Parts: sequence; C-alpha cells; structure tokens
Amino acid sequence: MSESQITEKEISQSYQLEPESNQISSCFVNGSITAFVIRFQLLWLVIVCALCLVFVNEVAVLKQFPKQWQLPFVPVFNTLMDSFISFSGSSFKGVAMLLSYPMNWIRELLQWLPWCAVMLLTAGVSYRAGGFKLVVFSIVSLFYMLLTGLWEASMNSLALVLISVPLAVMLGFSLGVLGFFSKRSQRVILPLLDIAQTIPAFAYLLPILLLFGFGPVVGLIASILFAFAPMVRNTLVGLQQVDPQVIESGLMSGATSSQLFFLVRLPSALKQILLGVNQTTMASLSMVIIASIIGGTADIGWEVLSTMRKAQFGESLVAGLVIVLLAMMLDRITAGLAQRKSLPVVVQHIVLANNSGSMNSRFMKMLRQSFLGRLCLLLAILFVVTSIASVFEFLWVWPGAWYIDSSSILNSAITDLISEFKGVLTSIKNNSLFFVMLPLKIGLDQAISPFTWGFSATIWHGVIYALSCLMIATFFIYTKRFNWAATVIVLGMVFYSGLVDFPWPAFCLVAVFIAWHLGGVKLALATFFGLGFLLLSGSWKKVMLSFYLCTIAIFIAFFWGTLLGIVAASNKSFSRFMRPINDALQTMPPFVMLIPFVMLFKIGEFTAMLAIIFYAYVPAFRYCEFGLRKVPLEIIEAATSMGTTKLQLLFQVKLPLALPNIMLGLNQSIMYGISMLVITALVGTNGLGQQVYIGLSKGDFGIGIVAGIGMAIIAMLADRFCQAWQRMYAANAVL
Amino acid sequence: MSDTAIQRPVKLSCKHLWKVYGDKPQQFINSSLTAESVSDIDQLASSMRQKNHMPAAIDVSFDVREGEIFVIMGLSGSGKSTVVRCLSRLVDATHGEVLLDGEDLLAKNNRELIEIRRHKMGMVFQNFGLLPNLSVYENVAFPLKLQKMSEQQQREKASRVIELVGLTDRENSFPHQLSGGQQQRVGIARSLAVEPDVWFLDEPFSALDPLIRRQMQDEFLRIQQVLNKSIVFITHDFLEALRIADRIAIMRDGKIVQIDTPQALILNPADDYVAKFTSEVPKIKILQADQCMQDLPAIDNARVSGDSQTDIDAHLPLEKVLQIFSTNADVEQLRVLNAQKESIGIVTAKSIVNTLGMGLDKGLDQSDKMSQSSQHTQAV
Repeated sequence: MSESQITEKEISQSYQLEPESNQISSCFVNGSITAFVIRFQLLWLVIVCALCLVFVNEVAVLKQFPKQWQLPFVPVFNTLMDSFISFSGSSFKGVAMLLSYPMNWIRELLQWLPWCAVMLLTAGVSYRAGGFKLVVFSIVSLFYMLLTGLWEASMNSLALVLISVPLAVMLGFSLGVLGFFSKRSQRVILPLLDIAQTIPAFAYLLPILLLFGFGPVVGLIASILFAFAPMVRNTLVGLQQVDPQVIESGLMSGATSSQLFFLVRLPSALKQILLGVNQTTMASLSMVIIASIIGGTADIGWEVLSTMRKAQFGESLVAGLVIVLLAMMLDRITAGLAQRKSLPVVVQHIVLANNSGSMNSRFMKMLRQSFLGRLCLLLAILFVVTSIASVFEFLWVWPGAWYIDSSSILNSAITDLISEFKGVLTSIKNNSLFFVMLPLKIGLDQAISPFTWGFSATIWHGVIYALSCLMIATFFIYTKRFNWAATVIVLGMVFYSGLVDFPWPAFCLVAVFIAWHLGGVKLALATFFGLGFLLLSGSWKKVMLSFYLCTIAIFIAFFWGTLLGIVAASNKSFSRFMRPINDALQTMPPFVMLIPFVMLFKIGEFTAMLAIIFYAYVPAFRYCEFGLRKVPLEIIEAATSMGTTKLQLLFQVKLPLALPNIMLGLNQSIMYGISMLVITALVGTNGLGQQVYIGLSKGDFGIGIVAGIGMAIIAMLADRFCQAWQRMYAANAVL
Repeated sequence: MSDTAIQRPVKLSCKHLWKVYGDKPQQFINSSLTAESVSDIDQLASSMRQKNHMPAAIDVSFDVREGEIFVIMGLSGSGKSTVVRCLSRLVDATHGEVLLDGEDLLAKNNRELIEIRRHKMGMVFQNFGLLPNLSVYENVAFPLKLQKMSEQQQREKASRVIELVGLTDRENSFPHQLSGGQQQRVGIARSLAVEPDVWFLDEPFSALDPLIRRQMQDEFLRIQQVLNKSIVFITHDFLEALRIADRIAIMRDGKIVQIDTPQALILNPADDYVAKFTSEVPKIKILQADQCMQDLPAIDNARVSGDSQTDIDAHLPLEKVLQIFSTNADVEQLRVLNAQKESIGIVTAKSIVNTLGMGLDKGLDQSDKMSQSSQHTQAV
C-alpha cells in the first residue's frame, strides 16, 4: 500500500499549493509595514557595524575573539580519536587487510598484463561505450602513457579506481534505495551526504590514515568514502523522479511491491543511476590522485606531486596530462555506457530471471550463453595476445629505448617562456595583488603604501573615501533602495578595514541578519551556531583568510563564467569551441590544475586564486548557457514581436528567465571553489586549507578535523544561503 | 444502448465516496458524515476547506452497469481523476464504499487487491504511462509477465490485443519512436491484455491532437462493441463525453452535479453550470427523433398516408431527420415508431424548432430555471 500512499501524498502536496499562495498574498498586503521594519533594522545594522569599526582599536574584544572564551576542540577531538582507535582500531585494520587483497590482485594483474592486452581490453570497452571515435581516443591516451614511461604509475592508479568504483557504487546504490524507501533514513542520509561532500577531500585522509594505517589501501578507502555520495544522490533522485503515471500503470498491471521496484522503478530510473556511476568514477579517480599525497603509492598522483615539489614542471606537466587523459577516458567510457540503450535490457533480463523463475529460463539461458560465450571469447583473445607477447618481448614491456623524453624539452621551453614574459607576468600578478586582493584582505588602510599604490594614505584620503561611500548610499536611499544603501556602506567598511581585520561581532551580525531575511529563523540559527563554532575553535583568522580568497576568486569566476555563458548561448561556434575545454577542466582532478599556474606565477595566493577561478567558472558557464538556451522560443518570439532590441531581449527577457539556473550555477561554483581552496594549500595559501594540510603532515587529527569542519560549515552555509535566495526569488516570481 | 444498459446488473458501485487531502482528514468523517441532506454536505465541505483541508471528492455516488460506458466529465480540479483513482485504489478514499461485483474494494488487503488488478481491472492514463525501456510488445505483455504467465500464453494474448488496436507492425518499436496516438494505443492494448471486466480510462485522449482524438474515439467505440466492458471514462471534453457515453456524470468542485444520458443532459440540464456546457453543443447531432416530437393528432391514429418513407425510428438522430425534411420538400410531418413499430408521436418542423429553441433560451438566459424548461417539455 505504500505506493498509493506516496502518490496520495504527491497529489495532496499539489493541492496544498493553493493555501500557500494565499499566505504569500497576505504577506504582500502587509508589505508596507514589513518594509518599514526592515528599513529600521538596516539602520541599526549599519550603526552597530560602524561603532564596531570605530572602536576596534580601543576594545580588544572586538578585534580578536578572546582566547579565554575559546574551547579546546583540538585536544578533545584528539583524545576522542585516540580512545576510538584503541577501542576499535583493530577491526578497522582488519577491514583494511581484507580490502588490500583484491586491490593487490588487481594491481598485480594490471602490472603483469602485457600493455597490448590492456590496450585491447580498453579498446573493446571503448567501442561498446562510444564507438570508433572513443577507441581512437583511448588508444592514443594509452600510447601517451607508454611513450612517457608512466605506464606503471598509471596502471597503479587505474587499479585503485577499478576496485573502488564497484564498491562505492554498491554502497551508494544500497544507501540510495534505503533512503528512497524509508523517509526516516533519508532524513539521516541526506545531511550526512551534505557533510561528506562538503568536507574537503584532504580532511578525509587523516582519520582514515589513523584508523586504517598506511599504504595504498588508505587511498582506496578514502576514494570509496569520497565517491559513494553522488551514487546515493543519483539513485535517490532517479527513483523519485519516475513518472507517477508509469508507477500507477505498473500498479494497475498488478505488480507486487518487489515487481514494482525491479521491473518498473529501477528500469525507469536506470539512466540517472548510471549517471551516478559516471560521477562516482570521476570522484573516485580524483580522490585516488589526491590520496597520493600521503605517499607510499607509486601512482600517477605521486608522480605529479613529487615532481612539482622539486619544481620539475616539465615532468609534472607530462604526468599531469596523463591524469587528464585518464580522467577523460574514464568519463567518456562510463558516460557512453550510461547512454547505451541495450544495457537496460540486459539488466532487466537479469532482474527478471532472479524475480520470476520458470518463465524466463530461456532468456536467462540465452543471456548466460551469450555472456559465457563473450567471456570465453575474451579470455581466448587475452590468451592469444599474451602468448604472442611472450614471444615478442616488446609487446609485453615497453622497451626503455622507445621512451620519448619530452619533459626536458618542456622544461627548457617553460624556462624560456617565463624569462621572456617575466615582466608581463609579474605586473599582472602585482597589480591584481595590490589593487584587488590586498584591499579585501587587509583593508585599504594597510594596503595603501608607497610600495604598492605609490603614495601613503593620509587622513584626507580616508575622509574622501568615506564621503564617496556615503554619497552613493544617499543616492540609493533617495531612490528608495535601502538594501543597496546598507550594502554599499557595509562593503565600504569591509574594504576599509579588510576582511581579516573586520570586527568579528560586526561580521557575525551581518551574516545572521542576511540569513534571517533570506531563510528565516532556521537559517539564522544555523548561521549563528556555525559561526559560533568557528569562533570558539579559535580558527577565526584562518577562516577569514580562506573566506577572503574564496570570495574574491568565486566572484571573478562567477562573473567570468556567466559572461562567457551568455556569449556561448548566442554563438554556436563559441559554444562548440568551449565545450571540450570545459570538459577537460571539469574532469581534471583539481590539483593538476595547479601545475600551469605554479609554473607561471610561482607559489602564493595569486596562483591559488587563478586555480580556483579556472576550476569554479565552469559550472557558472554551463548553467548560464543552459538556462539561456532553455528560455522558451515562444517567449523570445513574443518579446521580439514587441520590438525589443537585442540587449533588451537579453537583460529583460532571457536573463530574468534564466536566473534560477544562473543561481544554481553560482551555488555550484561556490562548491567547486571551496573544494579547490583546500588543494591550493599545496601552493602555500594560509587559511583553513593550510590547517588541514598541517594536520595531515603532522598526523594531528584535532587540527585537521577542526579545520575540515570549518570548511564544511562555510560550504554548507554558502549552499543554504544560495538555496534560500533561490526560494525567495521563486516566491517573488510567483507573485 | 442507453435503455437496455439501465436494466443490466450493476458491475461497479460507488457509494458516498469522500476523499479529503490534509493532515488529519479523518477528523471530519467521524463527526457528521452520516448526514444526508445536501446543505449539510456543502457545509461539511466548506468547513474542511476552512481548516486547510482539501475535499477532492465529496459524497460521490453512482453505479456502473455491465457493458455500460460511464463518463465522468468535469473541468480540471473538479476531482474526477481522484474519483477514478479511488475506484482503482491507487488512492485510498477517506470514506465511502466501492463495490465491485458486490464486494467492497476498500476492505481488500494488499494481496487481494493485486489479484483484482491482475484479473479484473485495466486502466489507461492520460500521459500513457508506458515503460520507456520496453518495446511495444514488452509493454503490452508487461501485466502478463507480472502474473508469471507462460511465454506462449503471453505471446498469444498480447498479440491479440496488439492486433485489436492495429499496431501489429510496430511490435518491436519503443515508445519514443511512436506518435502520441500510437502510444495511447499501446496503453489501451496493455490495459486490455489481462481481459479485465472493468476498464478505467483517465483522460485517455486529452493529450492527443483533435483529429487523432476523434479517430481514437471511434476506435474506442469499435473496441467496446467487440469487448463490451464496463467502463469508467474520465474526460474534460463535453463533446467527447456526448459522443461515447451511455451516461454522463458531471462533476464540479468534487461534487457530482448531475448524472444522466447525453440526451437528457441536453434537454434538462440540472443547473446553470451544466447548461453552460450544453449550450455550446450542436444539438442536432445529439438529440433523437423521439425527443422532439409532438403528441399524435387524434386523426393520425389510423394510418393516414401509409407511406413508409415518413415513418422514422425513435432513435434516429435529429440531423438525419432534418435531412429527410430538406430532401423531400412536400413532407410536412414524420411519424415516430418505437421498437415495436408502434407510432408514438410525430415530428414537425415546429416541434423541432421548439425543442432546439428551448435549449437556446437556456444558453442565452442563464437565469431561466428548471421549472420553466420542464413546463416547456410538458407543453411540447
């Protein structure tokens, strides 16, 4: 009966829309009163912030959250972890042992197999997934790995992925199904997923390291834990989005609940679920690469990292390209398999055979025959290839003489390039540092110095700055845009003092205020407690350092991405040109992204910012283009027939309609940016990412986990703010 | 069909059915649902709405007889889909009884319900509800497969219904390769594959183009002539209802306003709401000879002309009657014969104009009430 209850609920939800819209309209009636209250609140907000700022140097409490108020989270977490390990450490070690067997088998198998056999297998799978084009791509990629002498390292990485993906898929799928059937477990699973996906990948490594011991198996476990989340989500969404009429038709055909699940829901949701497999594979690869940071694995991630540390950029670029190729190959193959039409039928036959014994025995026999047949064929081919390879040695192990040493050429080329454009590069870096990044970080009061801006700030500069801010604000008050006025004043203050030195009570007040107006009491409370944790744990300064870098990078990424998205939506050839670039940027594991920027700009915050921008602009671009393209043709035609110019059409019709999607893009950009932020700790940023890194290298669980939770709090709050904003926009659009 | 259908035994019966959406719908049921009078029911419904509950079906009662096409007509949101889902128990009713062959469906447990759905019910959906991953044949055979029927039997039964809807050459196509009309044929075939007694169709043709819709209606009537199922047909299209129905129930805001045959609906709309629908209808296609005749003049008792050309059947559509008048200029009146070949009245130009005009009055003047129209009918 659960089926009918679900549909019933859905219908009842759709009915309840009416009273809700009544409420909204009643809000609207009271609008004038509410507006007055908000104006009053804004005034107070601005006054309190200004007071904080004025007295920041006089009152020590405002400047820094007092040490004696902080709570000792770090030692507490450490003792907790220690006692946990001593209590149940051996069982975790056992699991690690258990997992290490199949992992080692696959590793050794891939190492043992002649390269031509691996290539043949890959070609076969590629052909099934994406036809001839994909075969060519895979073969070329594998040859690249051979030629550069990175075959062994690549195979080690691939082995980790091959073993972690099935495990992650199984784990994710079962959790997704569980969540689908039990609303209660869904309420537990979804927030846990949120946390799991927002805690940076680095922070995972630490507890796993402590629990499971060293070795490649840590990478495997980390990648399973990191990669199962998208599978859960996609399974859940896929099952939830099955057309209710399809389910009703299944019910009316007399399906029992198990038949309904296996024969109706699952096949209908399969496409989404397979998409989950694709995302899981990508996440798994990216974590396998990141996990190499703990060492002990002779895999491709380690290759990149160790060469980068030695400043051998040529080598790291060559190895980085291997990762990119590997990622693209896995992405295309899994995505291709998800698109195939015959796969669902095969799965369905298997399900059927399990489900209803006798009638399908013939199907099953056919399947088994064909499956066994294929397996035999495959083994036979492998055997033949292997035996040929045993005769011709060069087919088994790629001869050392055939390696192409491209890295030394690259190295010299890079050195030349950098010395050639040194002036340009430095001026780009310095200008953006002095005029954009530093003012936001430490404030105009400190950023302006003869060394940076060419003059020192006097009291008059401050007065002019304050007056111009006030003038803009007055203009907004005059035009009755009070929110804008308050925003201008608060931003003016932030730029004056810098985010890092901005008084924490003022920051919290503004954040909670925004949260309250966007998402009500619940979001305000969440913000309050989230920020409270950051303050109490004593990591406020680090948080602000991360926050400033993230804000500036994501702002630029979003702006840039949206702009490009607008162009791509109106220009087909530009869109076609950008697609492979975006694909590459998005499938690339984040830390490969660092290589070119480190090469050009050395380590530092500017490099980190560029890496974040390039990683985070892609979702903004994609969602913007998608949103603009999705605007119904009739509406565009209607607007055109009213006589809009091209710009009017864009700004008054298309962009407002695409706004929900654009905001979704912003949300995604923020998530991507934050995940990249941690990785940038590798190139020497200060902040939470660095803390995680320190925790990892020292094996200090407390430091790492506090910083990890801090990042998760920032990410989750940003996500909730975006969602609340979207909801508010949607509600207004209904009006 | 309409006279005979009424004498047939009741197949499916729905008694005082309520469906209320909201947090605690049961709170209203226990207190005062026993009340019979109309005003009480209205009061109850409005009190539900006040307490943020949504009564989607309000005291719905009707019988569907064997072989009858029973149409529930209403605009969107009138509760017709809810009613048909309560009948098939895709949605559980809040209160009331649904009797199938005299057995209370609402009391069945899950196992029994599945059996009933497997053998006695078929349902067709507005958006087809086809499984996108299965071919036409596999979709049609799906309910049979669920019953674990042998493959040969599946093949037999599925092929028969596929042939019935005329899709034999598309058996191996997938739903996305078919047009809307073809997809709905698959939906129809699937619902018929188990040879159900009761056939529910929830706006089956609403998602189709008007021309295809017309064609599918004919197809549907043809199939029904072959199979003679007991049918509950949901639609928002009044013309469609008139075309196919033996009886029509008109719903508004969860309540049934009127249940009648198409002709009776047009002649005696229960209220303005129904009249609004009927005023748009081309009446000459719906009305029949016996609905627009005068009483026999006394002298006519004996055979006056003896000319069989002026005798017409009681169920001859008005359209055809008018054709006879227009082709034979010298005919002034036609004699109406019932099934037993007894004359029951005559049709003249004046009687036709009277009948049509009466409906016209109603359409033009909405305040014109029932009483007046019934006087008209008596006068005629």
